[in-house]
Amino acid sequence: MTEDGKRLMIIVPALNEEGSVGNVVREIQQAVPGTPVLVIDDCSADSTAAVARAAGARVLSLPHHLGLGGCVQAGYRLAFELGFDYVIRLDGDGQHDPRDIPRIYEALRESGVQMVIGSRFVDGPQEFTSLARSWGIRFFRAMLRPILGRTVQDPTSGYVGVNREALALFSRSFPLEYPEIEALVVLQRRAFRFREVACRMRPRQSGRSTITAAKSLYYIIHVLLGVFVNILKFERHRWRR
Amino acid sequence: MDRLSNVLTLFSLGLIVAVLGSLRRAHIRVEYSVSWLAAGVAMLILSRSQALMRWLARMIGVGDPPLALILAVLVVFLLVFYRFSVTVSTLKDANIALAQRVAILEYHLRSQHESRQA
Repeated sequence: MTEDGKRLMIIVPALNEEGSVGNVVREIQQAVPGTPVLVIDDCSADSTAAVARAAGARVLSLPHHLGLGGCVQAGYRLAFELGFDYVIRLDGDGQHDPRDIPRIYEALRESGVQMVIGSRFVDGPQEFTSLARSWGIRFFRAMLRPILGRTVQDPTSGYVGVNREALALFSRSFPLEYPEIEALVVLQRRAFRFREVACRMRPRQSGRSTITAAKSLYYIIHVLLGVFVNILKFERHRWRR
Repeated sequence: MDRLSNVLTLFSLGLIVAVLGSLRRAHIRVEYSVSWLAAGVAMLILSRSQALMRWLARMIGVGDPPLALILAVLVVFLLVFYRFSVTVSTLKDANIALAQRVAILEYHLRSQHESRQA
């Protein structure tokens, strides 16, 4: 709990991250001592849950694999039910540097926006972003600009902090497969605000990415469709009112 | 034409028998069998009624009645598949919500157990 009585929780979605999740939890505890860390284990085949628990995290174990969106939403739901005011999410593979948590938390509290995105591009591009990913980000940045009415430097970042208003919304409704970009559209359509702060990204601490060329193509189509559907949904609600 | 109609008749009879068999063994629920039974009966009627098939061909502007028959079968199956896609999506949403709820309840139980032990 902070000096203003507000409560922060850190959530870490993880799938088969036994090689990195322990370090991630310990780094979080060093960065924000005393803050509860919740690892959401998306039914890993390895000992992710046991490693996280041994490192001092609370663990929410899903009974079967739900995918990233369902996994993150489970964490948001629990945090909301437990009455937390702020939640910061970072990945279990160690790519997000927990030393940036205080910066995101401060931005959440000081600015009053509903969501803060940890961006790897606010201070210029970082060397750990692959060429394919960098082009993908440029594509989504350009696509989102007319929809959001502003430029989001790092729309695919999974390093995000939300306040209780966004937490309430996401615990009810959250994009289930590739949530980052769709979540921005959901927030914008409800006139919620967000901002970006500079964060460091690192290489994965263990394991390897499961993203392939075919999956990237599917990702692009899925996200485009999701954004389009969210716009339609919102416009229909507005029209009905 | 006759051979195609006969094949389609056999196929629709096979479909109806298979669905009824699955129903009897409780492999398929009644509400999900209705679409398949309706599709099977529609195909059976179309394949046995030349007049209806010619009328259908005229209605959809196809000169060849067998082609009209194939188109009709295709449309029927597309409708059934669409209905099942909607059903599967609804079930998936319910399943995700349920899995999240189970995980959260287990979390609370574990927390209570740990605090009692402490």
